[in-house]
Amino acid sequence: MSDAVQMKIRDFIIENFLFGDDSQPLPGDLSLMENDLVDSTGILELVSFLEEGFGLKVADADIVPANLDSIDRIAAFIERKKAA
Amino acid sequence: MCGIAGFFGSGVLPDAAPALLQRLAGTLGHRGPDEKGTHAAPGIGLAHARLSVVGLADGQQPMADASGDLVISYNGEIFNYVELRERLQARGRRFSTGSDTEVILHLYDEMGTACLDELNGDFAFALWDARRRSLWLARDRMGVRPLYYTDIGGTLFFASEVKALMQVQGFAAELDPVALDQVFTLWAPIAPRTAFKGVSELPPGHMMIAQEHERMVRPWWRLEFPRDGEFETPADPVGELGALLEDATHIRLRADVPVGAYLSGGLDSSLITALAARLAPGRLETFSVGFRSAEHDESRWQAEVAERLGVANHRVSCGEEEIVADFPDIVAHAECPVLRTAPAPLYRLAGLVRDNGMKVALTGEGADEVFAGYDIFREAAMRRFCARQPGSARRPLLFQRLYPYLPQLQRQSADYLAHFFSAGTDELTDPLFSHRPRFRSTAAAKLFYSPALKDALGTYDAAADLTAQLPEEFGRWHPLNQAQYLETRFLLPGYILSSQGDRVMMAHGVEGRFPFLDHRVVAFAAGLHPNLKLRGLKEKFILKEVARGLVPNSIVSRPKQPYRAPDSQAFSVPAARPVVDAALSDGALAEAGLFNAGMVEKLKCKALNGRATSFKDNTAFMGVLSTQFWHRTFVADQPRRTKTG
Repeated sequence: MSDAVQMKIRDFIIENFLFGDDSQPLPGDLSLMENDLVDSTGILELVSFLEEGFGLKVADADIVPANLDSIDRIAAFIERKKAA
Repeated sequence: MCGIAGFFGSGVLPDAAPALLQRLAGTLGHRGPDEKGTHAAPGIGLAHARLSVVGLADGQQPMADASGDLVISYNGEIFNYVELRERLQARGRRFSTGSDTEVILHLYDEMGTACLDELNGDFAFALWDARRRSLWLARDRMGVRPLYYTDIGGTLFFASEVKALMQVQGFAAELDPVALDQVFTLWAPIAPRTAFKGVSELPPGHMMIAQEHERMVRPWWRLEFPRDGEFETPADPVGELGALLEDATHIRLRADVPVGAYLSGGLDSSLITALAARLAPGRLETFSVGFRSAEHDESRWQAEVAERLGVANHRVSCGEEEIVADFPDIVAHAECPVLRTAPAPLYRLAGLVRDNGMKVALTGEGADEVFAGYDIFREAAMRRFCARQPGSARRPLLFQRLYPYLPQLQRQSADYLAHFFSAGTDELTDPLFSHRPRFRSTAAAKLFYSPALKDALGTYDAAADLTAQLPEEFGRWHPLNQAQYLETRFLLPGYILSSQGDRVMMAHGVEGRFPFLDHRVVAFAAGLHPNLKLRGLKEKFILKEVARGLVPNSIVSRPKQPYRAPDSQAFSVPAARPVVDAALSDGALAEAGLFNAGMVEKLKCKALNGRATSFKDNTAFMGVLSTQFWHRTFVADQPRRTKTG
């Protein structure tokens, strides 16, 4: 899993969901839901970012916390999708 | 409908009182454009701005009784004044006017403050009793009419709107950070707290008695529900409710000017329109607002109801440009930050009423609280259903059916839906269970607080504060009734009847009347078994039964469409840029000191590009923008900015 991918995801989350506030640590396994970083409507912004930023096609069935609820999970999801 | 104001205490010198009272009445001129009046005596002053609706020729205020000892400045309507006057006359009371105001003077003379129980109406008034040297302030049960007060140097000042209090020397507006935090959690301050530090609101169903330096505030009416399991259903609840609603509408048609009705195209306003069309003399005139965006527009339904009921419907259209243009004025009228633009179309609608030469309108407001129409009631029921089988792969998918008008939810997995609606994770015994997801998602907008605001708030918890103010018997009520109480006791007066009601209507000198909030209807509905209101996931069950045969079946059976307006999306039009840039400039944000300028800049860019669509972004943008408008109107632009002592 490349650091560049992790960095890109982290930057997106800080810019888009934290509005530039990088004062708090954002570990790779931090739950985005549990920490109110994304809400029910914001999750689709994340999906758009993955589709546009990484050229992925995200199916509805892919939109589950197991794939998208932390930086680590998102990075792993991208890797799996690209390998498929 | 009118505006009232005044003072009690020695802080206003006798020779200064007339000019002050004139200024107070003048500031409330939009509420009462027809006449102004004042009454002053040592230590007491009453002001009145009148919208003449009942007793056009002889209802001037402030009004004194025959002895001159009792003087009242009164805002509102007593809808059962005809029956009350007949009873008083039968007991030998002589009336010199045809107004409902005089009824209160006679009733008070006979019964003292207990006379409030006799009144069926929406009111806020100040009654000076020279014999007891006491000032009595009272406000209606549901909080339709506003009343604020503050103490400056030992003198009590009161008014229908805070902007009148700003005329008092020594008053300086300052935002109450706790009230702001309540708005950013609960959507409205918890009365008596207001957005203005040091200014209190007389809560709905409360009164104050002021004597010398003593101020006693106490409730005179409470919203109550039976204990869970102790419901007593009447033999014919549908028939009984139908008769109650007919009478509630009938007495609200009493006026010496024509009365119209709002028509949204939904069940509630259609039912009131149907009842009023049968009862009103002549052809009823109705008023509707339409949206240019299809997802918000209900014009088709409005036209259908108007045609079927034979009413003369007037229509105004509202879009992004109108919302942007009106929003700063709306915040100035509301006197409180708001998290939605929903007051804006209603502001246009009230203007339409006035433009058509009318000043009284019936509306369907209150039905969603009283008969459990809001989605939040169904949502809470679904969350309880999910909690019974945690981890179910299918149950959380029901949330998609609950919100078909939110396309973002339609792609969500059961796991996400379960989480976002806290299905299975919130404690079922939590008094705020029904509202936790809303409060939690709203509070996410606090991300934008400045460090100074965070410091000022410390560990303050608005939801815990709300919980602490619930009545002792709350825990013994059915879950639906608990949720109804939270809506009816807090959000209804704090936001719906205020920012979306009285304030936007009175901005145009239009009086709203709400048959569903007749206290007899409220008490009847509170006593019903919950499944007569929310049956399974069908909202307003009993009200639909009443409506059958009165309004078109297509309206009774159509899926509920909640009243919504474009929020942050409205500010993505080019015309919004200068408005938003000015309100959210670094300088304006620094002066208010409430929000993190760097983060707000990013939020602004997102909103101007139409991308602030998530619940959090949308709420935050509207909350920050309206707070900045509030600060500019009441603090930054004020010429006299001395601190109160």
